[in-house]
Amino acid sequence: MSKVFESCAEAVADIEDGATVMVGGFTGRGTPSQLLLALREKGPKNLAIVRNDASGGWKNPIDVDILIEAGMVRKVITCFAVFGSPKKVSLLERAAMDGLVEVELVPQGTLAERIRAGGAGIGAFYTPVGVGTEAAAGKEVRVIGGREMILEHALKADFSLIKAHRADTLGNLVYRMSARNFNPIMAMASRTTIAEVENLVDVGGIDPDEVMTPCVFVRRIVPTGKVA
Amino acid sequence: MIIMGEMMSDEIMARRVALELSGDCFVNLGIGMPMLVSNHIGTGKQVMFQAENGILGVGPRAEPGMEDKDLGNAGDEHVTVSAGASFMDSATAFDMIRGGHLDATVLGAFQVSEKGDLANWKLPGRKLGSYGGAMDLAAGARKVIVMMKHVTNDGLPRIVRECSYPLTAKNCVSLIVTDIAVIKVVDDGLELCETAPGWTPAQVQQLTEPQLIVRNVSSWPLSVS
Repeated sequence: MSKVFESCAEAVADIEDGATVMVGGFTGRGTPSQLLLALREKGPKNLAIVRNDASGGWKNPIDVDILIEAGMVRKVITCFAVFGSPKKVSLLERAAMDGLVEVELVPQGTLAERIRAGGAGIGAFYTPVGVGTEAAAGKEVRVIGGREMILEHALKADFSLIKAHRADTLGNLVYRMSARNFNPIMAMASRTTIAEVENLVDVGGIDPDEVMTPCVFVRRIVPTGKVA
Repeated sequence: MIIMGEMMSDEIMARRVALELSGDCFVNLGIGMPMLVSNHIGTGKQVMFQAENGILGVGPRAEPGMEDKDLGNAGDEHVTVSAGASFMDSATAFDMIRGGHLDATVLGAFQVSEKGDLANWKLPGRKLGSYGGAMDLAAGARKVIVMMKHVTNDGLPRIVRECSYPLTAKNCVSLIVTDIAVIKVVDDGLELCETAPGWTPAQVQQLTEPQLIVRNVSSWPLSVS
């Protein structure tokens, strides 16, 4: 069966209520904005979202904010919950204060490693990041190599929505510049990874030396062209 | 609050921080004020800047009209890359940070304690904050330099005995550059190393909660102010 989907709507059609969804990107770069718009249109409820920044406020107009605003989200696992000037209350913080959304705040490198571990079949790992802070609350602490470390568990999801610069029809992916960020590791950490791609080429159109995400990790591809 | 000398501008602080970055080093600049430091690296230095969103070798900001939609730093600014730059995914970017491969990081702060504890991710009384990459940088970079204003907008010391704000990491800061002084975290406390032009050690002490160790205090190098 072909992995290539005609539309984002078809590609997200089976994301149902209660799903856990990873969303690639860092600020606007590498953010699958067309898939996010399609998901909002489809409108599943009680989603758990894993995403680097969920504070809104960056330059990109389309972000996971649109799902939170639509009342589709019950939990967010993120590094950025408030934006820039900490005096501003973000949409996410407002929703959390109103008891509508649960937020799990994770240090950025720990988030990346938990996602990579999820994709790599690792159950958990020890890290020195967050020791002695709120990020360590309720977690096992061990001294390893003379340094205190906390136990962090892997993260997996039902779906990953990612964005790539180029794909072949098998789903081999190439990212561009700083739009790579969380996309390759999220591609590995879900049962179903859906890639929004700017350019689609035939099999053989990408040099094997250049493939950044091998096609085994990618289930669906939607060519959307370049969207800012 | 007693008004004393003139506070140094952010650019002058950035120039002073830049003096701490010696040649051939890899450095991550935190979002906000620390990003100014990259404008003040002297010629002849091989400082390579890392951005935790996946760039090693961040160059100057992109000129208007020359921005690339796929190229930005962790603060969402359009940047360029320097010769020899590389891109990587977020896990690898944090392998560099957590794995101790960066020589230094420059971070902003709400508070720094006498013991070098850092608080910079959340204001008290707020439901949420943003860790970003600060906890990872504070725990992983070989040297943590804090760049911040010496007092809050209300004139309260940011250098305190114990942080009252939620911690980012314990005992991680080695140097504090403020708008009036340069202070080193040493084994027995905080040592006042330099005062900005127009400031005496006694005046700096008045705006600092813990007792500063005063041994050899010099003025900021003239080239900085």
